[in-house]
Order: sequence, then structure tokens, then C-alpha cells
Amino acid sequence: MDKEGKVVINREWCKGCGICVAFCPEEALILDPEEKAYWAHPEKCKRCGLCELRCPDIAIELVQK
Amino acid sequence: MPVKDYLRLRFLPHIWCPGCGHGIVMSGMIRAIEEIGLEKNEVVVVSGIGCSSRMAGYLDFHTMHTLHGRALAFATGVKLGRPDLTVIVPMGDGDALAIGGNHFIHAARRDIDLTAVIMNNRIYGMTGGQGSPMTPQGMRSTTAPRGIADAAFDLVELAKGAGASFVARTTTFHATELTRMIEKAIRHKGFSVVEVMSQCPTYYGRQNRLGNGVEMMKGFRDNTTSIGSKKREARPDLIERGIFVDEDRPVYSPEGLKAD
Repeated sequence: MDKEGKVVINREWCKGCGICVAFCPEEALILDPEEKAYWAHPEKCKRCGLCELRCPDIAIELVQK
Repeated sequence: MPVKDYLRLRFLPHIWCPGCGHGIVMSGMIRAIEEIGLEKNEVVVVSGIGCSSRMAGYLDFHTMHTLHGRALAFATGVKLGRPDLTVIVPMGDGDALAIGGNHFIHAARRDIDLTAVIMNNRIYGMTGGQGSPMTPQGMRSTTAPRGIADAAFDLVELAKGAGASFVARTTTFHATELTRMIEKAIRHKGFSVVEVMSQCPTYYGRQNRLGNGVEMMKGFRDNTTSIGSKKREARPDLIERGIFVDEDRPVYSPEGLKAD
């Protein structure tokens, strides 16, 4: 996977279920104080895209540069 | 094309509860369609009633939101009238197997080229958590607060017995497998059934103390296994995932009837 890619989160659609946070193999995502997914650790992220595949709100997109 | 380009953005965010699995199924379905390379106007999505059936409103294909349980009957009509189109029917477990139980077995028997994606969350979510024919014995629902007395259907066995030529099962946890299975089901000529074990944290999860969406998906991870895996010898209670039936048979179509 392209390490240059970016995880873009649509805060309007995110319902804060925490599925992306719980199943991220690298612990790169957190829920912020407003209970929205936040890509807190881009340096840990392997750009595997599992968060995008499992997001039930279609709020996460792995955008390749 | 990004997944959201296949959605009617004016209806989003969707109404499904936080942690509900149906959005994962919708996104997997879109990825499968993208992978096959179908244009938006080559796909028809026909749904009935229920949480999962709202998918027909969100997806930007030709869509029909029809009667409870009767989506397969409408879809059969669409397919016979326009055999060139790909017809996909998202259904819930109650919609497919209780209200639409007869339509389901006869669509399977006729083996018409449709793809039924059945989101099995083991409960009626939209109407308040009543038990469905997929609620396992002993599990709680609004209509069985001390646990349901009846046995549940095994959807895979039912579809096999009724004559479906493609039968598969996966879960929302196994998102890559989910996309691959829906893709195979759409490509298959004949009646394809994909059971996707999906989570309803709001009713099924709460009433049975199974936790939130995350916990329920961990349950899918820990309580299922691939067909024929060694793990099942030690734990026969594991639910099998995979493709159970994939047979090429002559497909029921107006052309086929003329050829006779």
C-alpha cells in the first residue's frame, strides 16, 4: 500500500461507533472528544484500508496521493 | 470511483444506528459492483421493507423499494422483462424468511438470475426488536423476553434445499471476504444467496447483552470459521463461512423458454 495515502474522515457522517478504532491493526485511529473518528497517528498507519472497508457510515476514505 | 459516488448524497448520513452492520454490507456491495465494472444504469436494486431494505433509497442505481417480503417477486419481474440488467435484492432476515419466506424458496427453486444479499441480524430492528425466524433458540427478543422457544432456520441449508445454485455465508467483520462473495454471487448465473451475519446492537445486542457493534463484530470473528477448517473439529459450535454451493445450471429466462 502507498504510504503516501491519507485517511480522510467525513465527520458529518461518522456516528462514533468505534469500529475503525477497535479493529485498526496499528492503533492509528482514536475517537476524539466529540466521539468522531480521528486519524491521530498517521505515522503508525500502514494504509491497509481496513477502516474504510469496515466503516458502517461510509465516512472513511483512504485517498491515494 | 469512490464508494460515496454510488450514493444519493442527499439522503446521507443514513438512518442506521451507530455500530449497525448494514452500512458495511452496502459498502461491500458497491465495491463488488465497482470491481465487476458495471455502470450505474446496468444495475437494479430491489428491496422490501426493513432497516436493510432502506439501502434501495441510498444507492444511486435503478432502485425499487417494494412491499414487505415481496422484493424477490418484483425482482423476478424486472429480470424477466430486462434480462440484460443485473438485479440485486438486499433483504433482512425477517423480510426474506418470515414475511417473504414463500417468495424466497420459490425464487431459489426457479433459479432465476438474481442476487439476494440477506443481512441476518437475527431480529426485526425497524419495528422494535421482535424475534425473527433467525433468532436462535433461547435468545431474547421483545416478543420473547425470557428467550425464544422455537428453533431458527439455517439460511444456508434452506437455500440449498430450495434449489439456489449459489449459496454463501460471511459476516460484516470479514469485510474483504464480504466484497469478494457478493462479487462472485453477482457474476454467478442463477439464483445467488449471500447470508451476511450483521449486527443490531440497538435491539439484538442490548436484549442479549452482546455489547455494542464492536463487541458483536468480535463475536463474528471468534464464533465463525472457514468451511472445512480444523478449528471446527475442536469447536463444532463455530458457524461456517464460505461458499457452500456454486453450480452452473441452465438459467430460467425468456430466451431459454423460447429455445425449448
